[in-house]
Amino acid sequence: MKKVYSSAAEALDGLLHDGMFIAAGGFGLCGIPELLLEAIKEAGTKDLTFASNNAGVDDFGIGILLQTKQVKKMISSYVGENAEFMRQYLSGELELEFNPQGTLAERMRAGGCGIPGFYTKTGVGTVIAEGKEHKDFPTGPDGEPETYIMERGIVADLAVVKAWKGDATGNLVFRKTARNFNPPAAMCGRVCVAEVEEIVETGTLDPDGIHLPGIYVHRIIQGEHEKRIEQRTVRAKKEAM
Amino acid sequence: MADTIKGWDRNQMAARAAQELQDGWYVNLGIGIPTLVSNYIPEGIEVTLQSENGMLGMGPFPVEGSEDADLINAGKQTITELPKTAYFDSAMSFGMIRGGKIAMAILGAMEVAENGDLANWMIPKKLVKGMGGAMDLVAGVRRVVVVMDHANKHGESKVLKECTLPLTGKGVVDRIITNLGVLDVVEGGLKIVELAEGVTEEELRSKTEATLV
Repeated sequence: MKKVYSSAAEALDGLLHDGMFIAAGGFGLCGIPELLLEAIKEAGTKDLTFASNNAGVDDFGIGILLQTKQVKKMISSYVGENAEFMRQYLSGELELEFNPQGTLAERMRAGGCGIPGFYTKTGVGTVIAEGKEHKDFPTGPDGEPETYIMERGIVADLAVVKAWKGDATGNLVFRKTARNFNPPAAMCGRVCVAEVEEIVETGTLDPDGIHLPGIYVHRIIQGEHEKRIEQRTVRAKKEAM
Repeated sequence: MADTIKGWDRNQMAARAAQELQDGWYVNLGIGIPTLVSNYIPEGIEVTLQSENGMLGMGPFPVEGSEDADLINAGKQTITELPKTAYFDSAMSFGMIRGGKIAMAILGAMEVAENGDLANWMIPKKLVKGMGGAMDLVAGVRRVVVVMDHANKHGESKVLKECTLPLTGKGVVDRIITNLGVLDVVEGGLKIVELAEGVTEEELRSKTEATLV
């Protein structure tokens, strides 16, 4: 079975439809599937719901799909860096569901693992808990009851993720903190398309060092990545050891 | 001249917060003053800093020219790794937070109440950017220490009987370090643990809305 495609557009062919639900990897601009997002923009697919920790910036990441008004709803934990996002949200054009960051990651992981819901303390007593099932479990230090809320697993129509290296069977290796939401996002997609910096010959990745096994990855492309830095912070050379 | 009570500055607050750290702890530092805590880790104490975007063993900012787009902290700033660094995905990162493996979080706040309620993520009718990982951290980490100014820009106490802003977590704060001193959340209110340099107990009480026991 062929998983390797020659371009982002080819890899997404037949997978896109208006109103679909897409899970995207990345944290800020780090490890985002920039080529696949660009191809979704070119495809013009509309009324998209995205589960993604952030919404990119105005001209990069999911931000480019906000410019073209292709996004109907975002499920995110933090959306601070995007003026067009705020404009559309405040004018009511864009729906926004805030999820605590760990709850969002676990919703993706759970959905991908066949777990439709789970209980967490995160958000108990806050607006996040409103309308959600509450349940006590005897988890206190002396077995006393503590209150949890139920959160639902996410299953997305499509997952788009970015890795460092991959092979033709879809095995993926990520680099440093660019891993972030990519594995859980990949796991929760009914179909997952991955973009990597390099597709290596099958057998050259250490089987013990695979971060995400190819079972989760259905299509894969190699491409050039801009890998933009959101906040360049440095220290003076003389401070360094 | 009560209005001119200053107490500790930002760096002194961070240095005081660093005294909370214990050898061997895994710790998460929030954005702002909490980030400065890493400059004051006491000698002989080894702590490992977690960055919730998927890293244990966070190093300092890189020297110019060695920035790596694949290596950032939770504030999206470029950072470096250490020999002990480990990377993992966001689900595992919050698994260790939710699972109580992180010993302490040091966070900033807009308001803290005497029952340990914390508000630090939204102001109604102002731009809401989101809670990020703050709700997960305060719910899951074993000990939560807040570092913040005692009063807001209008001189009003941020240490309250009840929070007025939407909560980040309910009954989650253990200790509050402000420019005026250190307070613990205890049965019935807050207990004064320490006064900042040049601050009297009377001054701290006059600047605090919350019940001091």
